[in-house]
Amino acid sequence: MTHDVDTAIVGGGLVGAAIAFGLRGLGRRLAVLDEGDNAFRAARGNFGLIWVQGKGQDLAAYGAWTQSSARAWPELARELLSLTGIDVALAQPGGIHVCLTQDELDARVERLRAMLAQEGFERYDVDILDRSALAQRLPGLGPDVVGGTYCALDGHCNPLRLLRAMHTALAYSDVRYLPDAPVRTLEHRDDGFAIQTARGALRARQVVLAAGLGNARLAPMVGLHTPVVPNQGQLIALERVRPFLPLPLETIRQTDDGTVLVGDAQADRGCDDAVSTGVLSAMAARAIQVFPALRDVRMVRAWAALRVMTPDGHPIYAQSPSCPGAFVATCHSGVTLAAAHAYLLAPALTGAPLPPSMAPFTDRRFDVRQAA
Amino acid sequence: MFVRLPDIGGGTITITVDGTEVKARAGDSVAAALAAGGRVSYRTTPVSGSRRGAYCAMGACFECLVTIDGTPNQQACVVRVSPGMQVSTQRGARAL
Repeated sequence: MTHDVDTAIVGGGLVGAAIAFGLRGLGRRLAVLDEGDNAFRAARGNFGLIWVQGKGQDLAAYGAWTQSSARAWPELARELLSLTGIDVALAQPGGIHVCLTQDELDARVERLRAMLAQEGFERYDVDILDRSALAQRLPGLGPDVVGGTYCALDGHCNPLRLLRAMHTALAYSDVRYLPDAPVRTLEHRDDGFAIQTARGALRARQVVLAAGLGNARLAPMVGLHTPVVPNQGQLIALERVRPFLPLPLETIRQTDDGTVLVGDAQADRGCDDAVSTGVLSAMAARAIQVFPALRDVRMVRAWAALRVMTPDGHPIYAQSPSCPGAFVATCHSGVTLAAAHAYLLAPALTGAPLPPSMAPFTDRRFDVRQAA
Repeated sequence: MFVRLPDIGGGTITITVDGTEVKARAGDSVAAALAAGGRVSYRTTPVSGSRRGAYCAMGACFECLVTIDGTPNQQACVVRVSPGMQVSTQRGARAL
């Protein structure tokens, strides 16, 4: 059949946009098929961390992959700025996870030690900070904080500007962007894929599924297995205040504009993206324990968003064995992994087998678990 | 320049703006009192540092933020003056 495009990327969130960004300019005809504004879109709800510490537990390759993305992030931010004029406010001053009880700290340290001791783990340093070491780095720290962990590779950015910068760069290139075009069916033909969208049909030589939660429905159509489920997080935006937080915490950060964000909570409640006051209250109470001065800072808004969660929490990158040229890419760290998706994953989506370094992320790891 | 309508009543009360006594009328919003006293920009933004004052004057735009009796980021257009109220203007973001 004749193809409208060489590669169709299904999903215009951070994963799909980063892959399209990485594929553009390679001479391929590209289309990004997206849903509309009512989509469950983690890319518009997330917290904006570029976070390494703790990544790689139970899957050493995930730790290495995350580090490679954190290292490539400065280049991504520079390239987006030069192409689009949009500053995504990247800062990688390191990050801190705080613990409010000794039990919390002990459990965290034990988990991190076990992670770092894994065979073949690409090591990164995580410093364990006692209260006084932590208080030196975090002025205004509350008396309830017993300690925490610090990793120099951690950072944050403005995730909304990141999404906009990606799409602006795509619009400046020759990528076809098709919004309001959710994919209904995918069919593998001899030399490509017939894609039915709400806005008509498209034929593509290759298809990359980067549809977040939508991958669960789409992947089986092309012989892939992507059992992702929604995992809800909630976020609170506080008033802008003068800079007080020199580096991001895992659940509290201050944006370059001064806004204080509190993000936390994990709940499996299906496709429910409504906030709940009980969760918000608990998050606010904990934030005040960490920085008591936040007690007098008003909340401006709150929202919930849905993480795209695999059964083991690690990304899936795979090519379909039965429908070569069909790929899936899914994760719950679209910001952290944006640079890896653009610079490392996208160039590997050629139709040749994925490189061995991607093998640990296969979707078939879940088949094995079910069979065992 | 803002001028009060002649047919609006209300007793005179005194508030303090950045340490200076300012006459206002009971029922004025803080923004109205500031405007009547000739003050139309009384804040700089946290991001660009540019000057701001009441824009929508109806509680929507948050451009008219002032510190009132020690509480920062109050909307001057939706808070009524009260005798002895201490208003101070804001430069950039509030402190933590």
